[in-house]
Amino acid sequence: MADKVTFELVSPERVLLSVEAEMVVVPGSEGDFAVLAGHQPTISALRPGSIDVYEAGDRISSRIFVAGGLAEVSLDRLTVLAEAAERFESVDRAALGQRIAEATEAIEDAGADEVKRDAAETRLAYLQHIVETNTVN
Amino acid sequence: MPSLKSLRLRIASVKSTQKITKAMKMVAASKLRRAQEAAEQARPYAERMERMLVSLAASLPSADDAPRLLGGTGSDQTHLLVVATGERGLCGAFNSSIARAARRKAQELLGQGKTVKILWVGRKGRDNLKRDLARNIVDGFDFSKVKRVGFVEAAQVSDKILSLFAHGEFDVCTIFFNTFKSVISQVVTERQLIPLALPEATALPDLGGAIYEFEPDETEILEQLLPRNLAVQVFRAMLENNASEQGARMSAMDNATRNAGEMINKLTLVYNRTRQAMITKELIEIISGAEAV
Repeated sequence: MADKVTFELVSPERVLLSVEAEMVVVPGSEGDFAVLAGHQPTISALRPGSIDVYEAGDRISSRIFVAGGLAEVSLDRLTVLAEAAERFESVDRAALGQRIAEATEAIEDAGADEVKRDAAETRLAYLQHIVETNTVN
Repeated sequence: MPSLKSLRLRIASVKSTQKITKAMKMVAASKLRRAQEAAEQARPYAERMERMLVSLAASLPSADDAPRLLGGTGSDQTHLLVVATGERGLCGAFNSSIARAARRKAQELLGQGKTVKILWVGRKGRDNLKRDLARNIVDGFDFSKVKRVGFVEAAQVSDKILSLFAHGEFDVCTIFFNTFKSVISQVVTERQLIPLALPEATALPDLGGAIYEFEPDETEILEQLLPRNLAVQVFRAMLENNASEQGARMSAMDNATRNAGEMINKLTLVYNRTRQAMITKELIEIISGAEAV
């Protein structure tokens, strides 16, 4: 058995990232979970949060924000399907406030339309997560 | 016999048309390459999602538990036809063949006493269908201002479909688009989106005897997965369409360029003959004039 997991982050438009990692921490809807080689096959929904990739050792080699999605773990393989994903380094801090304002407005605009409101709320939660992570680090 | 001047003018005008068609062909060729790349890059997501869906559906306790997007409403009275076409013309039979397929399906359904609703994606589809099915068109999307169709646009379309479905506006949803086979062949495809027809042949990933664990549970994941899958299917149709459109335009413009070339040859022949005839005529006139003196 290989001691590394193949981690793939796929967006509808293309494969965003494909690396071999020792451990990947994924924000599951029921709580974060870490995927190592030989993990139990799982299909899990994701909540807005960040994926931490540990390529080797204890240091996070890359951190990616996802606005929800789905993760599939099959032997030594982790696939995350995400609609929106951003690398930690590439987030435009200046534009965040503007985006949050837009999302808040969208929630108000949605009114009785549940589908729209849900989408906007997810977006807001995602942005807030980015802000929080930002201040912690 | 046409005058030399008018022939010259015609040749010049055909030549400039040929220049335009040639340029359009070249533009289509480069756009086609980009469209093909986009379609290729979008494939992994769709494939993995399909695999997940199949594993999920296989482990559902019973078919009755399936969400309505998968299991259907239990009726097939109202059909929604999503007609995805291009935004521009001059691409051979590309747009009209999609519209024709959709129209045939609509008439067949109407003949069976069903209700048909149409959602057009792409201006040309509307132009083609509004003549005889204007009353059935519920809504549409015009992406002619969008430079490059991305997932955002597909999500708009699928959100519209979902909200129509949530309001009980239709029971069965089918999308019409062109699958890209090659530059010269695009195949009109109709695919049922709701209730979702799962491909039979997809092999389940080999788990070495283990079974999937689901978090939170199957039904909830399915409820999240199915709307996403719809968006992906629409996106895929749009990408295929995009590639097909460029391919169709490329071959149409290639034909047009060739035809223009033929026409120029023919006209040049007539022009030269006429010119020679004129010279001969003038010579005869001079000679017979000289003889008379």
